[in-house]
Order: sequence, then C-alpha cells, then structure tokens
Amino acid sequence: MNLSAKQGEKFAHAGLALLLLGLLPLALGPYWLNLVGKYLAFSFVAVGIVLAWGYCGILSLGQGVFFGFGGYAMAMFLKLEASAPELPDFMVWSSVEQLPFWWEPYSSFGVTLASIFLVPIPVAFIFAYAIFRKRVSGVYFAIVTIALSMTLVVLNIGQQGETGGANGITDFSTLLGFDIIDDAGKKAIYWVEVALLLTATTLAALLLHSRFGKLLIAVRDREDRVRFSGFDTAMIKAFIFTVSAVLSSVGGAMFALQAGLVTPSLIGAVTSVELVIYAAVGGRLSVVGAVVGALLVGFTKSYLSEHYPETWLFFLGGMFIFVVWVLPNGLADLFRKILRVKT
Amino acid sequence: MPTTSIKEAIVTFGILVMQLFNGLSLFTILLLMALGLAIVFGLMGVINMAHGEIMAMGAYTTYLTASFFERHLPGLMDVYLFVAILLAFCVTFAFGYLLERGFIRWFYHRPLDTLLATWGLSLILQQTYRSVFGAQEVSVPLTAWLSGAWEPTESIQLPLNRIFIVALTILVTLGVWYILHKTRWGLRARAVTQNRAMSSAVGIDTNRVDALIFALGSGLAGIAGSVFTMVGSTNPGTGQLYIVDSFIVVVFGGVASLLGTAASSFLIAQMQTTLEYLMSGSMAKVAILLLVITVLYFRPNGLFASKVRT
Amino acid sequence: MSKISRRRFMQISGSLVAAGAIPGAGLLTKSSFAAEPIKLGLLHSLTGTIAIAEAALVEAEKMAIDEINAAGGVLGRMIDPVVADGASDWPTFAEKTKQLLQRDKVAAIVGCYTSASRKAVLPVLKQSKGLLYYPTYYEGQEEDKQVIYTSQEATQSVISAIEWMAKQQGKTFFLVGSDYIYPRTCNKIAKPTVARLGGKVVGEEYAPLGHTEFSSIINKIKAAKPDWIYSTVVGGSNVAFYKQLKAAGLDGGKQKLLSTVVSENEIDGIGKENAVGYYACMGYFQSIKSPENEKFVKAIKAKYGQDRVVGDPMECAYNSVYLWKMAVEKAKSFDVDKVVAASSGIQFNAPEGKVAIHKTNHHVSKKIRIGRARTDGQFDIVFESGVIEPNPFPKL
Repeated sequence: MNLSAKQGEKFAHAGLALLLLGLLPLALGPYWLNLVGKYLAFSFVAVGIVLAWGYCGILSLGQGVFFGFGGYAMAMFLKLEASAPELPDFMVWSSVEQLPFWWEPYSSFGVTLASIFLVPIPVAFIFAYAIFRKRVSGVYFAIVTIALSMTLVVLNIGQQGETGGANGITDFSTLLGFDIIDDAGKKAIYWVEVALLLTATTLAALLLHSRFGKLLIAVRDREDRVRFSGFDTAMIKAFIFTVSAVLSSVGGAMFALQAGLVTPSLIGAVTSVELVIYAAVGGRLSVVGAVVGALLVGFTKSYLSEHYPETWLFFLGGMFIFVVWVLPNGLADLFRKILRVKT
Repeated sequence: MPTTSIKEAIVTFGILVMQLFNGLSLFTILLLMALGLAIVFGLMGVINMAHGEIMAMGAYTTYLTASFFERHLPGLMDVYLFVAILLAFCVTFAFGYLLERGFIRWFYHRPLDTLLATWGLSLILQQTYRSVFGAQEVSVPLTAWLSGAWEPTESIQLPLNRIFIVALTILVTLGVWYILHKTRWGLRARAVTQNRAMSSAVGIDTNRVDALIFALGSGLAGIAGSVFTMVGSTNPGTGQLYIVDSFIVVVFGGVASLLGTAASSFLIAQMQTTLEYLMSGSMAKVAILLLVITVLYFRPNGLFASKVRT
Repeated sequence: MSKISRRRFMQISGSLVAAGAIPGAGLLTKSSFAAEPIKLGLLHSLTGTIAIAEAALVEAEKMAIDEINAAGGVLGRMIDPVVADGASDWPTFAEKTKQLLQRDKVAAIVGCYTSASRKAVLPVLKQSKGLLYYPTYYEGQEEDKQVIYTSQEATQSVISAIEWMAKQQGKTFFLVGSDYIYPRTCNKIAKPTVARLGGKVVGEEYAPLGHTEFSSIINKIKAAKPDWIYSTVVGGSNVAFYKQLKAAGLDGGKQKLLSTVVSENEIDGIGKENAVGYYACMGYFQSIKSPENEKFVKAIKAKYGQDRVVGDPMECAYNSVYLWKMAVEKAKSFDVDKVVAASSGIQFNAPEGKVAIHKTNHHVSKKIRIGRARTDGQFDIVFESGVIEPNPFPKL
C-alpha cells in the first residue's frame, strides 16, 4: 500500500474514529472501557503536546498545571453537588466554616464548564507571551514550567482546608443528579469524551494544515528567520501554548469524571513528564499518534502492573528507552513505514 | 530581672549563629547536589533524568561499604566513610563512563530525547534498587567522630557532620575547578564543549572527552549521594527527591557557569533557611519557587549567563 | 507464583475430567472444585514513594494467609492472595480496587496505608460492594460501611500519649508534623488535650511531605525549649528529622520526643543509634512478651530472615486477615454484607493481645502502649493502657 502523506493522515483519523467509536466500546467490558476513558483523558494533553512541542518546539513540563486546573474545577462542582447543602467533608474536618469565595462559582454547572474552557486562555496566554517575549526557550522554559507546577502542588497540599490537601477531592457520584459511577453513566461519559476528543484531533489537524501550521514549523526550525520576516513569534508560540493549555484543562475535567477523584499529584512534575512521554511514544509529529500513545502507555501500565506488581517498572522503563532509541518519532513513524506513507 | 534578659539575648544570639550556619550548610548541600549536574547538563547539555538515581547509587555504595566494615573490619569503622566516598565516586564514575559510551552518546543530536530515555532509565534503576535492597529504607551508620555537635558556647551547637559536609564540598568544588581550568584535560574538555568541530579538527579525541566529562559528573553525583546518607534517608526513591531541586539550582545560576551554580546554591539556601524560620515550610518553598520563576523571567539565561548569544 | 500453580492445578483437574473413564477420577475433581480457592486482594504500594512503608505489610498479610491455609483455609477453601500495586498514586489505587473487585472478584481486600489512598478507594468499594480491611493507624473522622479499620484511630493513640506525657515532668509541648491531614488532625486532637491537662503548646510546625531539611525547625525547637516534642513527621522525612535532631545535640538523652508514627520498621531506616531514647506510641511493639507475639515474631523471622523487624502496621495487617477469616466463619459466608454484619463484636487474640471489633463503628478496641527506643532498635514498653474503645468522631 503506497499512500501519500495526506491520504495516510486521513486514513489514520478514520482509523482512530473507528477504534474509539466502534471497536473499543464493542470489544471491551465496562472495566476496560472505563480505563480507556481514563487514558483518553490524558490523550487530550498529548494532542496539545504534539502541537506545542512537536510542531512548535515548545517543551512544557508543566502541562499538569492546566490538567489539574480542569480536573479540580470539575471535581469542585461535583463535590459541591455531592455534599450540598453542607460544606464538603474535608472543610469540616479542617474547621473551615464558610465556603471559600473561590469555590462559590463552582456551584453552577454552566460556570464550571465555561471556566474549564475559558480560564486557561488568559492565564496561559499572558504567562507564555511574557516569557516568550523575553526569548526564554528550550530547557529554560521547561524548568520554569516545572517550577510552576511544583509551586502549585506545594500550595495545594498546604491549604488542605480549602483544597483537600494531599487527599485531593474525592467521593462524588452524581453529575446534575445523573449517576456517573455506574456502568451506564461511565459509558455516557465515554461517548462525550470521544466526541470531544475527535473534535479536538480534527481541529488540530486542520490547524496544522492551515498557513498557520506552516508558520509553526518555521518557528520551530528557524525562529530567528521568522522573526526577521516580520512575524511576532512570541505571539505565535503563546497562541499554540494556549491551545495546548485548553486541551489539557478539558482532559483534566474528563479525568475527574472518569477516575472519580482528583489529587495534587495530577498537577505535579511526574504527571507532566509522563504526559510528554505519552506524546513521544505515540509520535510527536502525529495528532492521532499522540492519542494512540496515551492509550498504549496507559494500557501497558495497567496490564503490566496487574500481572507483574513487583517488577513492572522494569518493562515500562525499558519501553520508553526502546521507543526513543529505535523509534524517535514514535509509533506513528512505525505505522508510516509499514503503510509506506510518503513523508 | 537583667540576668534573664541577658540569658535570652545569648539564646537569641545562639539561634542567629546557628541559623547562619544552617544557611551555610544548606548552601554546601545544594552545591554538592548540583555540581555533578552543572557539569553534565551545564557543560554537555545532556538532560540526565537518572542523575538522582546515580546519587542513590552512591548512597547504596556507602551503605554496602558500611555493612562490609561492620561485619569484617569493625575496628576501622571510624574511617569507613572515606573509603565509602572514594568507592561511591569510583562506582558512579565507572557507571557514568559506561552509560555515556553505551547509551547517552546516541542521543547527542536530540537533547530532549535524552530526557525521555533517561527517564526510562531512572525507572529501571529505581526498580533495581527496590529489588536488590528492598523497598524499605536502609540505615547507614554515622561514624562516631562525626556524630554530635561542636559547642563553641553553651547556646550554640554546630552539627559535626554538617561541618564535615561544608569542608568536603569546598574541597570537591576546588578540585573540580582545578581540573577544569588548570589541567590539560580540563582545557580539552572546555574546548570540546565550546566548539566540538574545531576541537576535533585540532586532534582532540572528542568521544573520549565526552565520556570522561559525563563520568566525572556522575562521580560527583556519587559523592553527593554518599555524603547525604548522613543527613537524609536512603531508599529506592531517594534520587527523585533531589533531581528537580538540582535542575532548578543549575538553571537558576545559569548553565555553563560553575560560579553561577555556586551563587544560586548560596542564594536559594539563604532564602530557604531564613524563610523557613519566619514562616511555614510549605510557604517558604512556594516563595523560593516563585523567586526562581521571576528571576528566570527577567534573566532568561539564569543569574550568571555567559554573554554569548546563541 | 500462586497464579501459575493454580493454573497448573486447573490443568491437572481439567485433564482428570477429560480422563473421566478412570474410576474415581470424577469424584476427585468434584471435591477439588468444591475447594476452589477464595481470593483475597492485597492492595498496597509496591512502587513509588510510599512503598518504603507499605511493602512490608504485604509480607505480613501473606504470612497470615499461609498460616490459615496450612490450618485448612476458610470454610474449607484455601485463600489465594491477589497482590495489586497502588504505586503510591491515589487514582491508581481506585483503578486497582476496581480490578480486584470487578475482574478478580476477590472476597475482600486488605490494603491501603495513607488516608488519601483509602479515600480514593471508598467510592469504588461502595459501587462494587467491596470490603476493605484498613490496617494503618489514621486520623479518624470516618466510618464507612464497606471498611473495617483494624488499627488505632487518632483519639486512641493521641489522647493516651498526651495524657501520659503530661504525667511525666514538664508540660510544654512542641508539635511537629508533615504537612497533610494525619498530623494536622492529630494536633487538632492534641491541643485541647494539652490544655485540659494544664499544659501549654509552645510551637506547631509542619514540613512539606518528603522534606529533608529540618535545621530551621530544629532551631525553632531550641528557641522554644519544650519539655516534649510530639512528632507526626512521616516517611523519609523522619529519617532526616531524627538524624538532624541528634546531630544538633537534641538526642534522646537530652530531649524528650514522642511520635505516633515511628515503629520498629521506621527505626530500621532511621538507624538505631539515631532513635535511642525517643518514645513511640503504638498498639503493638515487637518486644511485647506473650506467647502469641513470640510465635508471630518467630514466624516472620523464619519466613523473611532473622534481620527482619516487625512494627505496628505489619501486625495490624496480619490481624486484618484473621479478623476477616473469623468474620467469614461466623457468617458462614463470603458475602460482604453478611461478613460485615458478623464482624461486629468479633475478638481476636492478636500478638498485641485481644483486639475486638466495635459493635457499631467498624473500628477496633485495643490497648495502647508507649515504648522507649533502645540501642538495638527495639522498644522498652514503659506504659500500657487499659482497653480503649474507638471513637472516630471525637467531640473536642
């Protein structure tokens, strides 16, 4: 089979849709489907990483910040619903007597949804634009973002009366009165998630095929030349970083729904590095690859730790090394080679 | 009651002196921790996420040495630490050398991939420690003459092991500076890191130099790990505790500058000890991280950036 | 290992069914199927930061299972342990609980160490009607229908400890803890207790989890000169805290310190010489003198090596398996609801003495002890309380 790059990509998108809409829901029982839902939450972030890192060269090790934001926003709403009219239980233990003001908006589902999509936009944009204008890049940007995520983790754990501390926010079971714990509820969430994800991958592909996509690659490869041509490269980079932040936030919200809890570790450095690895395993230059990478690493982790609870880290570590060593552009590259897609 | 107020003043003075010493001690701890990374990451540009695990290797080497001395040479327990530090250096140096030859060098042209591959390596090393030494912490005995405190006055106690760390760090730092700036090998090493092609053209075996630089950085991590058994815990996850802090110290100071690493260790250490005394530990940590972010915003290449624009 | 042997066992019995022509073979397989093992989940962190404390619990649980199996199993069925790794990550704990309950169909789970992991598991237990035996001392404030709490909750240990400390000379207290819910709740219980006894809290400090630099906190302690330090520092931080206290001249000979989290297992990592003279408040110490305990310690050492030490959480983990077995036998069923109902009032002659599950609140009544660390890493028991009833929701 000889395919052009464009055909190959269409093929990949169609394959992904078939996999998520048809094969997996049909083939998997509720247990595995719920796990797939959890991995897919990470794949939102992985798509964002492909855009920012693969195509624009921005390696952020702080994607967990936005992932955590989306997760906490959703969890706060669910927790308020679960404990209404009382205060959330962890506040009671910590002698917090009144709902903190920044929790108030999250008693409304509309506001919660809006904040998941909209709050990351100004935050990520202002932060990134300020930094990129100073021409902070590469490793420095990675360290700044990792420092930011560590700061937020420490803050979050320290304020346990208002954030749930190290325990995170747990124990909620309904969304607008609709049970999200039972199998039917999980399946409904799965469909919403897949719909959102396929929209995201399609939009990402369209973006990359636009003129703007070409500009992204140009910034990645020779930023100075793009700048000399009169473009505001900081603006371009901040824009794509913001897109990836919004994707992360949406993924976080889906994670809260699928996993049924959020914890400070979601914001932390380890999650952030793992998220980059998901994208790298799938292929940093392939939107579909990122989703498949997240699915595959998640599945491998669950499977290996289930069967080799004492030694699974050997295999996981080995897999990362193998992929980076042998397949620098991830599994997507392998598929391209197998299907003989011209690049 | 004047006597009590004088007494209180003496106590306050004592606390002040001990706080200053704590700052100095933490400074040397951070510096020792970051020194290996400053070389591997600062000079070579290799992001080695398994650097912390190499420290842990030094710590476990120390543990093994201590166990050996306890069992076979109990009379020499007083000097085991020197043997352990030397061994820790040798083991991690050799490991670093092999790692560079067999692994790291394949990734030179793609630095961010090194991050991912070494992350995988760090998982494997952690699991190896867990399988070999158990998931629990191991206890490394402290040499008798290093336990306890030096008491210049009644209200001032300066821990002996920390004084030892201060002295050792100064020695090691001077040693590294000497090697890099006063020996022929150091000259070659700096030449290679500054201009690889040109160095190669004038006949320097750049492969060998790379391997040795990396091995030196790893060896320094080994020393740090060995020494930290005196103040911290030794368990399979020990390395993870140090790695991010080390990166922050190095980047904050400005890559490719030993002076910068020293300055940033000093600044962070002073801030941490002062702030921890004034506010809660969590808030102190937040304040420091925010400072790092702010400074990197205004000085994107760190406090002591080299003036060359790349 | 057990999985392979089980599979082999099934293969063998399967082939015997196929070879049904052999007289008597049918009978044999029937009885072996009737004795099909019952699964018990063991859910702990084997990897990640908490594995330091948690991995040893699995060993104690496995030993209890082996003992029970050697004695004929539960209701005539062997117990088959299914080990799952929570990886020190709370969402993973939830995932693995789901795996154990929905896929492996375990009869019950013994597991979790941190409160955060237990909290993560609760919704899954509720949904899948699971039963968790939680073998770690914790802060209380919880009474879940699907959980049996087999260690001391905070009021049992903290109030006993503070009352005992206040009886010794000196009544000023400095509270040090790691920054999360257990230390904060313990100190919340400690403060009114100190006030009630006429004492005074002269300092309260929290270090971030995993912190290894305690020199500033130690200076604050030096400035405050408390009679007692009450410590709830956990994990690797403990090692740093004790080592640095000693180096700063505040060793167990000069400064009195009591911890409700440092058991013999932690001392193993801290180093015996760094912990000498400090106190710990626990339900169990390895040095308890009783035939049950001697047998228990001997068995652990025989199985896992003469160097092994046993601490409170290990013993509670061991007890948990037995408490489950006794409840199952009383209920004559593995059904979760029946086992929970039968649990009420069950008594077990544990290595620490008699522990009994409370009639209604799912916690255990037990004795609390205070020990002083010796040079060999063991504790001299200096105080033993009467049986204390659990009270997870204290009025302060």
